[in-house]
Amino acid sequence: MSADMNLKIKVWRQKNNKASGSFETYPVVANEHMSFLEMLDVLNEGLINQKKEPIAFEHDCREGICGTCSMVINGQPHGPSSGTTTCQLHMRHFKDGDIIVVEPYRASAFPVLKDLAVDRSAFDRIIQAGGYISVNAGQAPDGNAIPIEKGRAGQSFEAAACIGCGACVAACPNGSAMLFTSAKIAHLGHLPQGEVESNKRPQAMVAQMDKEGFGMCSNIGACEAECPKEIKLENIAFMNRSYLKAVFSGEEV
Amino acid sequence: MKWIITFFSSSIGKKLLMSLTGLFLILFLVVHLIGNLQLLKDDGGEAFNTYAYMMTHNPLIKIVAYGNYFFIILHAFVGISIALYNKGAKGQKYAVSNSNKTTWASKNMALLGTLILAFILIHMGDFWFKMKFTDELGMKSYEGFPEVRDLYTRVSTAFSQLWIVVVYLIGMMVLSFHLWHGFQSAFQTLGLNHKKYTPLIKSVGKAYAILIPLGFAVIPIWYFLFKTM
Repeated sequence: MSADMNLKIKVWRQKNNKASGSFETYPVVANEHMSFLEMLDVLNEGLINQKKEPIAFEHDCREGICGTCSMVINGQPHGPSSGTTTCQLHMRHFKDGDIIVVEPYRASAFPVLKDLAVDRSAFDRIIQAGGYISVNAGQAPDGNAIPIEKGRAGQSFEAAACIGCGACVAACPNGSAMLFTSAKIAHLGHLPQGEVESNKRPQAMVAQMDKEGFGMCSNIGACEAECPKEIKLENIAFMNRSYLKAVFSGEEV
Repeated sequence: MKWIITFFSSSIGKKLLMSLTGLFLILFLVVHLIGNLQLLKDDGGEAFNTYAYMMTHNPLIKIVAYGNYFFIILHAFVGISIALYNKGAKGQKYAVSNSNKTTWASKNMALLGTLILAFILIHMGDFWFKMKFTDELGMKSYEGFPEVRDLYTRVSTAFSQLWIVVVYLIGMMVLSFHLWHGFQSAFQTLGLNHKKYTPLIKSVGKAYAILIPLGFAVIPIWYFLFKTM
């Protein structure tokens, strides 16, 4: 048996980037098996039927791998369950009669575009600043042609799990993007394929991160606690030492 | 040399400054505490007064002392500028905040640091300034030394007043919170985070954050309870 839940959704409404927003509260009847996004779909369906503007929110894959569904639910990016995205959050984690507060990600480098949608293109520019890796083009190389220690492959793979959703920035009281940037630096930095540009990449990516106006990490750990892919603070330490090594031993970028 | 300016204006460069100056000040606290524990010696102040004389007259120690003042100012200045920048980078705050997975100290380092700076000013104004720049302190003679300033009596007079003792205890509590986060944070910023040694750094940091401020706090309490007529 699935029970219906009567909820109140207190959501941030903002017309556009220039307008100042405010909270609006809407009642919604949800089913405990719905995902959080499906609940918002039902709410929007109702708004459209009443000829009201639906709530703008970003979503894409709805299976926890694209990192699009950005929102802060009751003070937590991607809501109360740890290690999951908003689309993987189910309504059974809430109780009948709950008032749920939904806000957009807050960071100066992530300006609100409309309602819950924020502009995260700063992340794309950090990735672009990372540039290329030097590998031979042509035929696909043989598997295991480049030997990689299992532990390093694991560290790289764990960093590569970052989906670039921006929850780290949203959770950080400093609006810092260091968990994201460090995961992107670490995922190639641990591997032999990333070795050739290992002095250039951290310098270029950190410079772009600073230029975008993200804050400075003070090792609070809110990012790690909220990351849906459980990216670890060890990556930030890895970025710090890669950057220091690059600045003191590499070419100027 | 442009790269040096680029480095120290980068986020990681500024964090490195915080980390290195912080670690220096962590070492300083140990030396300062060892020196101050001589106040507990029941010799009418001979050990402490001659120690204070040595600390203010040995040329090598004077150089380190000026370095120490500089690092305190640098740590405070860079720290406050980082905190202000970060406030702007966060922008609008959340209507609902849920942060039970992080420590209070880690999110209030700038506030704690500012309180510590205020404490240092009160502390230096009361002892260091009065010893170096005024004639308020009496003189004492000990064998093997020229006439030395009687800082010991100044300390025992100060710590006979309850409000000064309370200010010092609050100061040490604030310092303890600051160190609770700061100690391990300094190593993380240096890029030293590894499952082999990070658990040890974290436990040493917590022990340090409790024991060092506690050691300092013992002195005013001891004076207030046992030396006040």
